[in-house]
Amino acid sequence: MTAALAFDHVSCAFAERNGGGRYIAVKDTSFAVAPGEFVSVVGPTGCGKSTLLNVAAGLLAPSAGRVLVDGAPLAAINSRAGYMFQSEALMPWRSALANVIAGLEFRHMAREESAARARDWLRRVGLTGFEDRYPHQLSGGMRKRVALAQTLILDPQMLLMDEPFSALDIQTRQLMENELLELWSADRKSVLFITHDLEEAIALSDRVIVLSAAPETHPLGEFGIDLPRPRDVAEIRMSPRFVELHEAIWRVLKSEVLKGYAQAKR
Amino acid sequence: MRKRSADARISRGRLALYQALLVGTLFAFWYLMTEPILISEASAKNTAFFFGRPLQVIKVVIEWFVGGKIYPHLAITLWETLLAFAIGSVLGLTIGLWLALAPTASAIAEPYITAFNAMPRVILAPIFAVWFGLGVLSKVALGVTLVFFIVFFNVYQGVKEVSPVVLANARMLGASKRQLLRYIYLPSATSWVFSSLHTSVGMAFVGAVVGEYLGSARGVGYLILQAEGVFDINTVIAGILVLTLFALLLDFAVTKIEARLLVWRPKAAEAAEL
Ligand SMILES: Nc1ncnc2c1ncn2[C@@H]1O[C@H](COP(=O)(O)OP(=O)(O)O)[C@@H](O)[C@H]1O
Ligand SMILES: [Mg+2]
Repeated sequence: MTAALAFDHVSCAFAERNGGGRYIAVKDTSFAVAPGEFVSVVGPTGCGKSTLLNVAAGLLAPSAGRVLVDGAPLAAINSRAGYMFQSEALMPWRSALANVIAGLEFRHMAREESAARARDWLRRVGLTGFEDRYPHQLSGGMRKRVALAQTLILDPQMLLMDEPFSALDIQTRQLMENELLELWSADRKSVLFITHDLEEAIALSDRVIVLSAAPETHPLGEFGIDLPRPRDVAEIRMSPRFVELHEAIWRVLKSEVLKGYAQAKR
Repeated sequence: MRKRSADARISRGRLALYQALLVGTLFAFWYLMTEPILISEASAKNTAFFFGRPLQVIKVVIEWFVGGKIYPHLAITLWETLLAFAIGSVLGLTIGLWLALAPTASAIAEPYITAFNAMPRVILAPIFAVWFGLGVLSKVALGVTLVFFIVFFNVYQGVKEVSPVVLANARMLGASKRQLLRYIYLPSATSWVFSSLHTSVGMAFVGAVVGEYLGSARGVGYLILQAEGVFDINTVIAGILVLTLFALLLDFAVTKIEARLLVWRPKAAEAAEL
């Protein structure tokens, strides 16, 4: 079976801000996401997680190596993927409804139909009654829901999510995580989920990939998560297997986090 | 909407009263200094020559409005202002968008734009009078040169400051190059244009009045020019008064329009009245 998404010896270098040197953010990274699989990538802050996701989205060309989407090398924007960004990505001048419609509008869908679909998606993410609000009139959690609806309305084969819930408070976050799992279980898209929160990664995923600290980031290990589904992200944290997995992965991740922390302090 | 701030201590009624008192005092002082009541007749005549007499000024204003003489002049000035604003905005928007998205073109044009903007545009008025005559067009041209740069720089800034994440998001949602221009750059740039609305409408007005003052056959600026020619200081001040009131009205209208166009903008503190 061909992977939905595969990194094939991907490296990413950036021009150094001061001087002519090159900063190697990601080095020789290879891993794959199978169709319908939920894969999380964890790593210390600043290690190159967003960079990897931008490469998978086709927003950034790797300095070396390539990305395969359903077996075909990716050359432009990854049109099979939906992307949820780490920071605010909604158009501030558009209402919630107009933001959700945007993708359909770019595809020239008739106004009535796209509006009806968008209303339905806003209902699914629990935002009925907020259609005409502008992003600044919504809470952080609501804006994430709008972004989720905006991405999912296009029914992408693959979801790329960059710490989508990291800015939310813990209750809202667990609600959204459960909602995401429910939406995902309905049609099993391939998901590449980025986070710096190991518990979130274990609770959501089929597989967790641990990245090394910067620079020259690469995968250090892979862990299959054999927790039963459907899951409740709050309850599953209490299960003994969860604690075991957490310990095993944390042993690998801990030294990297400490390295990352030491670098950040310098 | 209600703003909570420290200076909300004075009630609205009192504020209006104090403001009225300030104007009243000013007029009273002006009146006393130009009429032979406290000062001698000779010196009152002298000051009145330079400063006019408030009652005479008000009489001129009332005559203008009651007799209807002012309306065609006001209409011309307003028309020139609107034309200058519209043409200047469209030009500024188009060229601003184009240069902001074409790095080579903007690198070539940059020094010339800076030079043009640094030039005091009013000195172009005589040239425009030669090119476009003494009618509406020469005033509009002057206003356009003033409005253009305000809009241009705002659009340029607006495009440069489009959030890269919003842009990347739109691309991931399938926007083509043209769609990015229409759905991301244009709304972002126009919002900057709207936020400079007060300045650009004000500049269009300045262009119209200054243009009229420097040579015309109609408009409020022309009335002032004419009165000045015969040392009729009362009419000059009446003209200034009318222009000021007119500018205030224009500004008020812009505020109303702005509030409608920028509903999506977050305000400093926003809470609905209960
Ligand atoms: N466009 C860029 N230019 C230069 N350096 C960059 C760029 N994007 C990311 N980097 C650098 O690459 C490293 C990884 O960044 P990022 O992928 O955003 O980290 P993460 O998402 O894991 O927190 C950081 O040190 C960052 O400064
Ligand atoms: Mg990141």
